[in-house]
Amino acid sequence: MTPQEEAEIRRRQKSRNIALGLLLAFFVILFYAITIARMG
Amino acid sequence: MNAAATATPLPAEWRDFFALTKPRVMSLVIFTGLCGLLAAPGSIHPVIGFTAILCIAMGAGGAGALNMWLEADIDALMRRTEKRPLPAGRLRREDARDFGVLLSAASVGIMGVGVHWLAAALLAFSIIYYAVFYTLWLKPRTPQNIVIGGGAGAFPPLIGWVAVTGEITLMPLILFAIIFIWTPPHFWALALFVKTDYAKAGIPMLPVVRGERTTRHQILAYSIAMLPVAIAPWAIGGTGPLYGIGAAALSLAFLALAVPVGLRQSGEGDAMVPEKRLFKFSIFYLFALFAMLVVDSTIVQSGGST
Repeated sequence: MTPQEEAEIRRRQKSRNIALGLLLAFFVILFYAITIARMG
Repeated sequence: MNAAATATPLPAEWRDFFALTKPRVMSLVIFTGLCGLLAAPGSIHPVIGFTAILCIAMGAGGAGALNMWLEADIDALMRRTEKRPLPAGRLRREDARDFGVLLSAASVGIMGVGVHWLAAALLAFSIIYYAVFYTLWLKPRTPQNIVIGGGAGAFPPLIGWVAVTGEITLMPLILFAIIFIWTPPHFWALALFVKTDYAKAGIPMLPVVRGERTTRHQILAYSIAMLPVAIAPWAIGGTGPLYGIGAAALSLAFLALAVPVGLRQSGEGDAMVPEKRLFKFSIFYLFALFAMLVVDSTIVQSGGST
């Protein structure tokens, strides 16, 4: 594996992790909002 | 799949996962789902309403991903679809399958817990209908596959409506019927002027299997059937005359454009102008019809008369 490929793999992993992190944060907020809405 | 992709399996980009959800189909799904939700009698908390639309979109995305997983071999044979993540080798098939299952299951679960279990059941049924009945079973077997596929696209307004009311009544079923009957003339008009290679992939599309003449006649037949169905919400007293008159005008215009398409035959090097015109109008038609439904019901529910 060349250094370029290595760097490409790291870059993709990083962008996927960021996307997944944002998604999880979004669902945390959504579930909080649903809970509040359903209690009201 | 090319050799380089198999030799060094790079982790897939998140964009390729996003592409699996068929984002362009999603816009119509979100719009009609939202219209069903807004036109339904009663009120829904904005957060719950947002959740319902999100779940409809996620369910459609999950069904799209499952469709791409099941049809990867077919997609590889057609120019229109060969660049999709799976046939292009940018994504592992198992990942597409897992992503589709996860998205579908999450959409149904969140809809049930957060919104309403009847809406969740309808969502689950629509996903199975699209991925199993349509993609696996009927699409490769019958030239009426577009009619069946239209059934899957007709679920969003029904689900959006049921998310508010919690029951299946005549009105949301009529909304279902409108999209169900609209889809075949919409798609076949496109199929007449875009030469596809479905035949190569073994998918029996109507213009290929039954010929152009039959396709044109069917377009006309569905366009005629659309008139009473589009007016039905008004006829049963579900909307005011604003929608009724608007729906009648739009459907007559649709029919007026469908008549030349239905009765003519294309010659060598035909520019296919009537077909392109009908296709463009069919998109405007559906958006306008559902927008009018929402405007009308908003006026009726706010106590005014139209």
